Amino acid sequence: MSKKTLFDKVWDAHVVDTIDNGPQVLYIDKHLIHEVTSPQAFNELERRNIPIFRPDQIVATADHNTPTKNQHLPIKDENSRKQLEQLSINCKKNNITLYELGHKYNGIVHVMAPELGITQPGMTIVCGDSHTSTHGAFGTIAFGIGTSQVAQVFASQCLLLTKPKSLRVSVNGKLKNGVLPKDVILYIISKLGTNAGTGYFCEYAGDVFENMSMEGRMTVCNMSIEMGARGGMIAPDETTFEYVKNREFAPKDDAFEQKVAYWKTLSTDEGASFDKEYFFDAEDIEPMVTYGTNPGMGIKVTENIPSLEDDSFEKSLKYMNFEKGESLIDKPINYVFIGSCTNSRIEDFRVAANYIKGKQKADNVTAWLVPGSKQVETQIIEEGLKTIFDDAGFELRQPGCSACLAMNDDKIPQGEYCVSTSNRNFEGRQGQGARTILASPLVAAATAVEGKIVDVTKQLN
Amino acid sequence: MNKVSTFLNQNKNKQLKVTRFCGHKMEKFKKLRSTAIPLTIENVDTDQIIPARFLKATDRNGFGDNVFRDWRFNKDNSKNEDFVLNNPKYSGSILVAGDNFGCGSSREHAAWALSDYGFKVIVSSFFADIFKGNALNNGLLPIQVSPDFLSVILDEITKHPETKLEVDLENQTISVEGTSFNSSFDIDVYKKTCLINGYDDIDYLLSKKNDIERFENASKKTITKLNQDSLFFGNE
Repeated sequence: MSKKTLFDKVWDAHVVDTIDNGPQVLYIDKHLIHEVTSPQAFNELERRNIPIFRPDQIVATADHNTPTKNQHLPIKDENSRKQLEQLSINCKKNNITLYELGHKYNGIVHVMAPELGITQPGMTIVCGDSHTSTHGAFGTIAFGIGTSQVAQVFASQCLLLTKPKSLRVSVNGKLKNGVLPKDVILYIISKLGTNAGTGYFCEYAGDVFENMSMEGRMTVCNMSIEMGARGGMIAPDETTFEYVKNREFAPKDDAFEQKVAYWKTLSTDEGASFDKEYFFDAEDIEPMVTYGTNPGMGIKVTENIPSLEDDSFEKSLKYMNFEKGESLIDKPINYVFIGSCTNSRIEDFRVAANYIKGKQKADNVTAWLVPGSKQVETQIIEEGLKTIFDDAGFELRQPGCSACLAMNDDKIPQGEYCVSTSNRNFEGRQGQGARTILASPLVAAATAVEGKIVDVTKQLN
Repeated sequence: MNKVSTFLNQNKNKQLKVTRFCGHKMEKFKKLRSTAIPLTIENVDTDQIIPARFLKATDRNGFGDNVFRDWRFNKDNSKNEDFVLNNPKYSGSILVAGDNFGCGSSREHAAWALSDYGFKVIVSSFFADIFKGNALNNGLLPIQVSPDFLSVILDEITKHPETKLEVDLENQTISVEGTSFNSSFDIDVYKKTCLINGYDDIDYLLSKKNDIERFENASKKTITKLNQDSLFFGNE
């Protein structure tokens, strides 16, 4: 029998049909939708008079375009309000479960689905959002799709796809104190670039990922798309099973045990081959920051910005108002954002609170903490983290995508730097003219306290 | 004859209505001859193509007005004369862009915006996956050429804006008119057939309904359905 990768096993189990010299028909187990990329797909089906094929396999949430303050009040922005109303109408009409604003399960789609146990190993999951790769942390084939594909899944619960090539990134060894999963993925992308994974599905392997929590694995898989890979996966293991167990929609009792027995068979076979492989040492990784306008432009916080002769590189530095060869240490920062589908889970806020406890936010800094879901928000309060944040002068907001893409009012002003735990430092991403520096929740928390970028490891060691 | 062409031919005979979003008929694409606009920037992400603040619409029309919004316009809404789309020398329905075009978000609004603005072809040395798929699903043809050939085209059209490029989808070639510069390009056979005939994927998938239901029944062991009984509907 031929050796198979984790990806092969899950993919092959979902192939309905193969077109000669063409794509395959891939069955989709779970379809997650939100307000921004679904309305045109609903319109399309309605116009063509096609019913939604499997509404019970779709779960909707409102996240991209929701306010993070006063969620109980009507939304002021008319277009945002209409978009959310349209989602409610569409879900109601089609019998789709919706966790709308204010619902106890509402949250960022890639935070709420895993925490509810909707995401399970061995599944295929799609969503009209590129960070759907997050769910790969469970050994799931999960990837972002466009709205035309949202309509295709509505109509048939399937997609026409060409099987991507396989890539494996192995990181072995022990991570240094202060190095978080976010640093691991920023480091990998800084080494491989933003298109190394294009056309591939990535598997993350090695001690570092095996020893990581599910929250950490989600942070890593989340950013697979930032190196071009449609998705990233980590083999399910005891950590995964333990996380899924007893969650709202996870299988229970015997059904769970049966699933675990199946999930255990999903790991990549010894000797299976990959189209491309990369290896890194955990000891080489340090807290990271980005200095440019794509997530591949990252350096260790202690390093200097490289000096390259390249138009796109120079355009990027000009936008950021940084110089070649410069260090970012001691750069004054006025905005800090801890949130987004990359880093808005309870563990991220625990890390931040642990650092912040007993300290004060610098006066120059506006610090927004935006939980990924209502459940995370509740946990923050119940664990007493809110008190720590309040005492230190941080502002805990209500859940949503928030300043990661600044579709709502959470925008970073023109020209300001924001140390952000989100996933994209593109021009204008966090607001017109805003300058994003991607980092871990620990680096973000330290920046907020110091009012400038610091080497946080000096304080820890 | 393979399954796709059999399917497509059958449906051609039945004159099955295969249309694009919102009632636009998906245009058939065979050949295009046009001047081109050089965008010599690498890693153009979908946030640049269409910034998130314009994604609040619930239909797909009119995104072209805001394509490359923050590069085309200054903060005070005046035109940024330095941006190539505002340079009267350059026009046409082909955009020639730097490496790794369309990276970032999965927003199909990026493909809609480019298409709505009037582009029919995007040429680059590399495209991000999701953007490429979105473009093809909207009759916008992404043509990937070698970095060397991209330099040649960029050079020609920058120096001679009146130069026309010729795209022949059937023969999978792109050439610079009046020169010997030409290149072939790859495209998935299925997608090519769809573009030439103006079909999209939904009808093909609907034709597979029986197979899909058979698959569902056969693979219940490996596929976990959402436990509907415990699902919470509506608001609290």
